[in-house]
Amino acid sequence: MDLSLLALSPPGWGGVLLAGLFSSLQLAVGGYLLGLVIGIGGASGKLYGGPIVRDLLEVYTTLVRAIPELVLILLLYYAGTDLVNQLMHLLGLPSMDISGLAAGIFVIGVVQGAYSTEVLRGAIKAIPAGEIEAARAYGMSPLLTLRRVTLPAMLPYAVPGLSNLWLIATKDTALLAVVGFSELTLVTRQAAGSTKHYMTFFLAAGALYLAVTLVSNVIIGMIEKRARRGMVREA
Amino acid sequence: MIKDEATILPAYKPPKARSLLEPHRLFLMAVFAGIFACAVIYMRWDWLPKYQDRLIAGIWQTLVLLFTTAFFGFLLAVPLGLAQVTGPRPLKWLANGFCTIIRGTPLLLQLWLLYYGLGSLFAQFPEIRQSFMWPYLRQAWPYGFTALMLSFAAYEGEVMRGAFAGVPRGELEAARAFGMGRFTMFRRIWLPRAIQRSLPTLNGETVLQLKSTPLVATITVVDTYAVISKVRQDTFLTYEPLLLLALIYLILTGILVAGFRFLENRIPSRGA
Repeated sequence: MDLSLLALSPPGWGGVLLAGLFSSLQLAVGGYLLGLVIGIGGASGKLYGGPIVRDLLEVYTTLVRAIPELVLILLLYYAGTDLVNQLMHLLGLPSMDISGLAAGIFVIGVVQGAYSTEVLRGAIKAIPAGEIEAARAYGMSPLLTLRRVTLPAMLPYAVPGLSNLWLIATKDTALLAVVGFSELTLVTRQAAGSTKHYMTFFLAAGALYLAVTLVSNVIIGMIEKRARRGMVREA
Repeated sequence: MIKDEATILPAYKPPKARSLLEPHRLFLMAVFAGIFACAVIYMRWDWLPKYQDRLIAGIWQTLVLLFTTAFFGFLLAVPLGLAQVTGPRPLKWLANGFCTIIRGTPLLLQLWLLYYGLGSLFAQFPEIRQSFMWPYLRQAWPYGFTALMLSFAAYEGEVMRGAFAGVPRGELEAARAFGMGRFTMFRRIWLPRAIQRSLPTLNGETVLQLKSTPLVATITVVDTYAVISKVRQDTFLTYEPLLLLALIYLILTGILVAGFRFLENRIPSRGA
């Protein structure tokens, strides 16, 4: 194995790999946050919305969870960019180039949103009903209740599921290699292809992904500890 | 006070089973049927008959990959789970490390590592090139199969670890009290009980595995996804083939879920 290939400056490909890792992380963070926003909306809709909203959300979560991420990513990537351009056209604006990053974040966010909807719905249902009723009895508006009571109270129940989703998000970014977005996996393949040192580069990329997972695990452990403070410790 | 509250609270009523025929659902179904009809009428589907046979072969390939990798992956998951629960320390570390590494890296990367990495490595050794295995090792599917199997084994191995650890101690002690040897106890009590406990998660894992199978198309295995990609290249259509692909996977997932539910209902269990 030739480790000088992994050097950071141009004859080595290390810098390129790290840049790929950076865009992977950008995608993961962006997609995860968008997914959380969709998830909060979706969970509230599923729990408190009218019958039509509920059924539509059910269709959304079922579809996303039944169709492979790869297929969804392709569909949403093309459909999403197409839709935006058609909208621009309708508004009489010139069509614009959508950056791969924005499209990627949108795609990962929509996929993650379905899963976080389910995680958050379960977590909200685990809150004792009395706490929410108490908030209502104090005259809090639904939004205030959400911010002050529901979201903080559901956190300890949601953290395990949400941390799982974060790990899935970091790994799902690799799928965007298939639509040609240069994140870590695609960059690795290009580096490997042009130097013919396949093993070196794929193992290096694997180590990078693994490092992300392991660091995330440490941080998740700390968050979990903080979210569970004041709760009865499990036997 | 508490007693009063108990009398005031109404008795728990299970939520009404909602029927498919409620008015808003009929309306939604009509809307979706309308969208579906528009898709059928206004989009281009004339390529369908030409690719029909290849599509069916592709679906068959997907299903074969799914079931063989799930089966062999499960066989590998049992020792992985067992090693993590009772194995000697080095074995425990090994099994744990394997699960962490596979679960911590994207499947696509593992797939490419095996196909491009190992593939190019194998080609360097004349011993391997001349062995009887070479005709197989030159194809793509052994790498796809291995990657999918290892991934299933790692995820399910984690589940089996929980399942082995969760078998009540009393049952194992009872087995020992009956004078069973370690192996008999494992074969008769521990393994069957652990598998029974892991069955509900097997459903979800298999659906996840189905959703991972299209990745093998990136290393030139001709599965459903690869056939659809070919259609897209030939016809320059963007949406129609992809929508059909989504529909195919939707149906496959539905069948899988229904099948597992049927099986689960046939396995006797006492609640938890």
